[in-house]
Amino acid sequence: MKKILFSCLLFSFSCFAYSTTLINGAGATFPYPLYSKWFAEYQKTHSQVHINYQSIGSGGGIRQFLEKTVDFGATDLPMTDEQLKKSSTTVLHIPTTIGAVVLSYLLPSMHEPLKLTPQTLASIFLGKITKWNDPALVALNPGLKNLSQDILVVHRADGSGTTGVFTDYLSKVSSEWKSKAGSGTAIHWPTGLGGKGNEGVMGLIKQTPGSIGYVELIYAKMNKHPYAWLQNKSGQIVEPTLQSVAAAVDISSIPADFRVSLTDSPQKSAYPLSSFTYLLVNQTMDKTRGEPLLPFLRWSINEGQSFAEALSYTKLPKELIQKITAKINEIRIK
Amino acid sequence: MKDQANFWMSKQEQRHYQIRKSYSYGMHTALVVATLLVLAPLCSILGYVIFKGAPGFNLDFFTQLPKPVGESGGGMANAILGSFTLIGLAALVGIPWGLGVGLYLSEYGKQRSLFTNIVRFSIDTLASLPSIIIGLFIYAAVVRSMGRFSAIAGGLALSLLMVPIIARTSEELLSMIPMHTREAGLALGLPRWKVILWIILKGSLAPLSTGVILALARIAGETAPLLFTAFNNQYWQSGLDQPIASIPAQIFNYATSPFDDWHNQAWTAAFLLVIIVMLLNLTTKFILRTRRA
Amino acid sequence: MKSESNDLNQTIDEPITAVSIDSKKHQPAGLYLHGYGDFIFANLLRLFALALVLMLAAIGFFLYHAARPSIAASGLNFFIENDWDPIKERFGIPAVLYGTLVSSFIAIMLASPLSIGVALFITQIAPRSISTLLSSLVEMLAIIPSVVYGLWGIFVLAPWLRETVEPFLGHYLGFIPLFQGPISGVGMLTAGLILAIMITPTISSILREVFLAVPAAHKESALALGFTRWEMMSYAILKSCKKGIAGAVILGMGRALGETMAVTMVIGNKNEISASLFAPATTMASIIANEYSEATDDIHLAALIEVGLILLAVTFIINTLARLLIFRNQSRSHNK
Repeated sequence: MKKILFSCLLFSFSCFAYSTTLINGAGATFPYPLYSKWFAEYQKTHSQVHINYQSIGSGGGIRQFLEKTVDFGATDLPMTDEQLKKSSTTVLHIPTTIGAVVLSYLLPSMHEPLKLTPQTLASIFLGKITKWNDPALVALNPGLKNLSQDILVVHRADGSGTTGVFTDYLSKVSSEWKSKAGSGTAIHWPTGLGGKGNEGVMGLIKQTPGSIGYVELIYAKMNKHPYAWLQNKSGQIVEPTLQSVAAAVDISSIPADFRVSLTDSPQKSAYPLSSFTYLLVNQTMDKTRGEPLLPFLRWSINEGQSFAEALSYTKLPKELIQKITAKINEIRIK
Repeated sequence: MKDQANFWMSKQEQRHYQIRKSYSYGMHTALVVATLLVLAPLCSILGYVIFKGAPGFNLDFFTQLPKPVGESGGGMANAILGSFTLIGLAALVGIPWGLGVGLYLSEYGKQRSLFTNIVRFSIDTLASLPSIIIGLFIYAAVVRSMGRFSAIAGGLALSLLMVPIIARTSEELLSMIPMHTREAGLALGLPRWKVILWIILKGSLAPLSTGVILALARIAGETAPLLFTAFNNQYWQSGLDQPIASIPAQIFNYATSPFDDWHNQAWTAAFLLVIIVMLLNLTTKFILRTRRA
Repeated sequence: MKSESNDLNQTIDEPITAVSIDSKKHQPAGLYLHGYGDFIFANLLRLFALALVLMLAAIGFFLYHAARPSIAASGLNFFIENDWDPIKERFGIPAVLYGTLVSSFIAIMLASPLSIGVALFITQIAPRSISTLLSSLVEMLAIIPSVVYGLWGIFVLAPWLRETVEPFLGHYLGFIPLFQGPISGVGMLTAGLILAIMITPTISSILREVFLAVPAAHKESALALGFTRWEMMSYAILKSCKKGIAGAVILGMGRALGETMAVTMVIGNKNEISASLFAPATTMASIIANEYSEATDDIHLAALIEVGLILLAVTFIINTLARLLIFRNQSRSHNK
């Protein structure tokens, strides 16, 4: 008995004392691979700075940041006005990269990528189009003519910034969607199965012929799974690539605080399901946190961008980087 | 044998006996079938875990910190250490508490007493709470007041998960010890508390350890309560009041990422978890093997 | 026997010593503390038990406090209206409650007989060498993290059900509403099966210890009376361990009600009540786990916590019913 308790005591003290600063951040899952690369690369030149980021979701990141249990947050969707009111300090949104939501599907008989218009997409997710050989789909995809299979919709069961971006887009392009389901990180879905996380949705799609669902671009790419081309606002049918995602950014229409939605962009070759992902920081930071964090922020939008494309993330446009740098210069360290 | 049966039983009784015997053999077969039905998914899952996890076993896994995607050689050394720390903390609080409650119920609890029944209900209810709710409670109680995530909060959350399991199993097992064991101790002149500790408790360490191992196995694999309490940490531990890495949290992170390399590490970690708890189980059984009553 | 155990409980403050008959005259000096040790020990244990109850009360109070905005907003509609819409801020739990209860029910129905069977096999029939191996194997099932169960469920169990089992059931038993409807591999049946697999090792490990603790005299006397092997198991072991079996099953049921990760990955997460076992559903634990991280609206958070509170209440009710049913006529006995 005594031995057991003693060994428990030993176990619990198997920790090391360190004198480095640990900076904690939490938030979106989408940029996690890029951020983890950044923290490791940054540590090569600044060995005392340990940045510990956990991907608990955009909403979780916002909440923990507001409750001050973490030093910075990360989110795919910008904070709303009510959320900003809850903070006692001014919160800055720093865009770090641009992500894309794609529609992945399993149709073994289709050898070309699926092409969808906003209306057909909304109808599929509303449950109005139920078979793959529906005339509206066949119009753009002749290969579907003889496929009378049911469409199985897969959406996210858990709340997520990805859902937020997707439903934001659907609300913009379909008034019926807006009134029936709305936009948000977790909604009441008219139809379909819920998978847990991007990989849950991907897993369901991979197993179920005739299924279609939305995931972050990187998940479909890594799983080498086909994803659809979308028709954007200016009528072009666009393939989701790093270039078309970057094209969604219209510098002139970006507000000073960077809180903007990039979905359904009117730009010519833009992919309509793109979105920024942000880091959330306080405008005034204390010395222990601010001194390591501020140089890192500058590094991330400059040197950090060079790591983005290798990991299938979109680099920020140069004009935007200048604007963001100006914003970062507003940060004060007490 | 058969002649004796014929001698003592009438024809009718013989037939009845044959029916009972075949029923008995039939039930034996049913038991074997039940065991096979339980073993089938076990083999499937274990096989799956081993198949996907074994290839990743290398020295790097045990000694390196996590590396970003695209760089090979990353490991989970901090998570392994972190899990041990968390389990140690949880056990420090959970085992004495759970055993204490179990002892109370089996030794001092009166069947009809209101308090005893309340305690029993509390155990059952706590055992059914989703682990995430316990995590949320510790978040509100400990993390918010400390202002940060910490290993202590994680350990507390895990201990709350352990206590009901240990309390219930120890109560069950201790109350099965016949009364005359206690009476013998008392008759020898020992005070009651010594009877309970030295004789009852000490004598049933082996079966009690099953309950403890079950509880430890349960918390070793729990992710949800740690998300809001211990948070997770990509680096070596810097203190008990800081976020701490753990194997299930790392498994969750890696399994839900899009990268095959990280997926493989997640499976390897799951495999490691199984091995660790298995080793714990075998070691405990070995130490206690001579003490089974 | 019974009166003696009552005596024991009532005299906790005085050590029962062999010389207590003429305690006044022959008090052995210095050998006993006149009950201090017992006093401290007994009250220490009482403190532990009280702390447990208080902890549960604290959790319950915390849940109630955090759920108050939602209780105020939805009131009784929470139980009647079946809608889970975070955007329109309308929350109702009938489908969620249904999913939790049915999936746990399936799990218990499948797991209890199997666990009892396995435990009996290990303790009574299997030769020593195999039984140690078997019990270690079954315990290994308990160790696997629920995330891994979920992944195995998506990649192995769900496809198997979708391609083999569910079409079979739908074809031959399709006249029963339980087996009708579209088949996707994930749904109530998959979740129930995975839960059953997850709680079996818990129940059978406990039962194994319980069955082993039955005194050999019981078993031998039954056999001596001419019982067949199975009859001996049924009467000498199962009947006398009813309390232990009930306890183990209740613990397993608790695990099933609260299981989150594995269930959420294979249940399809659809907020609908359907008679079919093939249909997707949702459970209380999984809806909390899915949406809690992302919920930023206060009312959404409060609604999720209200679900947790209701889960607490449901567990409480089920446990009470189980105890009443099983222990109605039984009195506590230390030996039989």
